[in-house]
Amino acid sequence: MQNVYSAVKITENVYWVGAIDWGIRDFHGYTTPAGSTYNAYLIMADDVTLIDTVKAPFKDEMLSRIRSVIDPTKIKYIISNHAEMDHSGCLAEVIDLIKPDKVFASAIGVKTLKELYHDHHEIIAVKDGETLSLGNMNLTFMETRMIHWPDSMFTYLAEEELLFSQDAFGMHLATLERFDDELSQHTLEYEAATYYANIVLPYSAIVLKTLEKVAATGWKIKIIAPDHGPIWRKNLGWIIELYKKWAAQKPVNKAVVLYATMWHSTEKMACAISESLAEAGVKTSLLSMNHFHRSQAAYEVLEAGALVVGTSTLNNNILPQMADTMTYLKGLKPANLIGAAFGSFGWSGEGVRDLEAILKEMKVEIAASALSIRNAPNKGALEMCQELGKTIAAELKNKLASS
Amino acid sequence: MKKYVCSICGYVYDPAKGDPDGGIAKGTAFEDLPADWVCPVCSASKDEFAPE
Repeated sequence: MQNVYSAVKITENVYWVGAIDWGIRDFHGYTTPAGSTYNAYLIMADDVTLIDTVKAPFKDEMLSRIRSVIDPTKIKYIISNHAEMDHSGCLAEVIDLIKPDKVFASAIGVKTLKELYHDHHEIIAVKDGETLSLGNMNLTFMETRMIHWPDSMFTYLAEEELLFSQDAFGMHLATLERFDDELSQHTLEYEAATYYANIVLPYSAIVLKTLEKVAATGWKIKIIAPDHGPIWRKNLGWIIELYKKWAAQKPVNKAVVLYATMWHSTEKMACAISESLAEAGVKTSLLSMNHFHRSQAAYEVLEAGALVVGTSTLNNNILPQMADTMTYLKGLKPANLIGAAFGSFGWSGEGVRDLEAILKEMKVEIAASALSIRNAPNKGALEMCQELGKTIAAELKNKLASS
Repeated sequence: MKKYVCSICGYVYDPAKGDPDGGIAKGTAFEDLPADWVCPVCSASKDEFAPE
């Protein structure tokens, strides 16, 4: 059958041989409306090397792309920079097919791959800073634990000034364009920020340290080749600066109002609070979690200073949409936020209290008393909502002035 | 007092610094951390730690 999949040349000796997943929409709870790519790379050194593999169902697509350059059985080494299944799902099968001399991963990568696949293949652990000669070229490995799994590592190819960064600097975006300069800056920023917020955010402190660690190596980097989305060959400085900014989690003059509503009472409150925040000069994003997905909420919270959350009380509890959103956001550990809780209830009203408790667990500084209204808000209640918006705006202004 | 390293993520618990975000004062020995204390980076439990 005609092979429709070809490799894409990145540098003189390196090719992209990954796969494009046009259909994926759910990445363990992160909605990916634009699909994704699983990037694997072929280094045509004296000792031909494959960096990462792809998600299991895409094995043949990857092998076809490799075949457009070389017989896959000529591959001598495979490097696994990240053990997660979207990059290792076909590893055991690929090892059986191409029979490489050696397969390498970080020490924790070796352990993780064993525990994931219970497989007989030997995988050799490489240390942080260790190098591997490919004959005419050299690879250097750097552990990047918790960006974003304990096993994660970077691999640097000095001769091509190329950093294989696994999931760091990645994005979920299925395209036939392979390079950053073929996409709009807006698309790059939106997708990279969404990816950072949903995947990397909990490890922001480690991101900052890792960026320093990379800088300290003195590596010249012309290209960053991540495991998802486009390859960075033009906007490297820009994406690194964005990572520094997102990792720093400095509060900005923006509020995110998230709510779920039963019969539009909590919604009326959310609108009054949002209008009041905006009127006070705070950039405000209002998201009904009845309609939006949790990953959009994560994107909005990435660059914010205030998080205001609302729920009706359903069966003595918060609404499931808000329970979902708050569980997800709590895990992502957004930092340096002020906030408040609000909502409407019929007779018992536990929802708002519970929502405020979650904010406190998230270390969100409570900037205004929780606002709980029985049934539909009247004029007075809506005025209280406006007051809440004003209070949050004032507190945010104070916080920004002192930070 | 000895430093302890998390075998999962590589975080080092330094008794001289404690873990202020986790409510652990400076000068607290690793052995004296509460049993339910977890790694501030990856939330691994105390038994995942080994002396550095």
